[in-house]
Amino acid sequence: MSLAGKIALVTGASRGIGQAIALELASQGATVIGTATSDTGADAITAYLKAAGAQGAGMRLNVTEAGACEAIISAIEKEYGPVAILVNNAGITRDNLLMRMKDEEWDAIMDTNLKPVYQLSKAVMRGMMKARWGRIINIASVVGATGNAGQTNYSAAKAALFGFTKSLAKEIGSRGVTVNAVAPGFIDTDMTKVLPEEQKAKLLENIALGRLGEPKEIADAVGFLASDRASYITGNTIHVNGGMFMN
Amino acid sequence: MENIEQRVKKIVAEQLGVPETDVKIESSFVNDLGADSLDTVELVMALEEEFECEIPDEEAEKITTVQQAVDYVTANLK
Repeated sequence: MSLAGKIALVTGASRGIGQAIALELASQGATVIGTATSDTGADAITAYLKAAGAQGAGMRLNVTEAGACEAIISAIEKEYGPVAILVNNAGITRDNLLMRMKDEEWDAIMDTNLKPVYQLSKAVMRGMMKARWGRIINIASVVGATGNAGQTNYSAAKAALFGFTKSLAKEIGSRGVTVNAVAPGFIDTDMTKVLPEEQKAKLLENIALGRLGEPKEIADAVGFLASDRASYITGNTIHVNGGMFMN
Repeated sequence: MENIEQRVKKIVAEQLGVPETDVKIESSFVNDLGADSLDTVELVMALEEEFECEIPDEEAEKITTVQQAVDYVTANLK
């Protein structure tokens, strides 16, 4: 139970990859706060954490609301203590060809997938610096490295996370805080369920392991980075994509 | 009860890992005491805690010497 007594915050934890990450960190003994955009989602998180015998709860967080990121960090600090592990997982897609892309689609991605990473990381910094221990893990995407037609907005935001991860790692490495990214390939979640069968079949041809990934397989990489076993890894990205992209 | 100057000097010495005797009222954190930019951020955090106040970023950036820290605390202490 290497994370016993530590507070972990996982955004977008009501389902899919975020849920798997929350459960993985909980299994290592962390007290896990998972966020969802609705109260129903937050209640579902509380329920699955409880069912797993874990410490923690779901909380409502709409990352695009002004001041919401700062507010949730102070609320967590008051109720549980300073956040030691931050997993920036919340994300959406608004796919479109660039020629057809609306400003709203572009902005929605930047406001949801990128800006909160900056806001939440900034808000947890004081606690991590004081503790001389912290983990920030950003969930990026394979398409941030490879590009993908129809996802200029999404891939731009995900690629931005790589730069953010490296710069912040350099800034606060001397205080025992590591900053890393995990870049999932195509994982079997609600986000990829909407893809047409034809496109899925084509995708599989390019995946060495010949299958989609499971949320648990992303969570395992996050669980490793959060643990003391990864204490000498910072500013890096672990690609978990079944061999779809080899760095 | 120590006075503000002594308390500030003590915190500076602790935060920057220098002997208290090296911390003069005119000392600059960066130029004289070897602080880097992150050290100065942490120093302001420590001052906020010691004096139970919040120092806004734009004010914090102006605090670069022991004297400036003492002046700020003196002027803003409740």
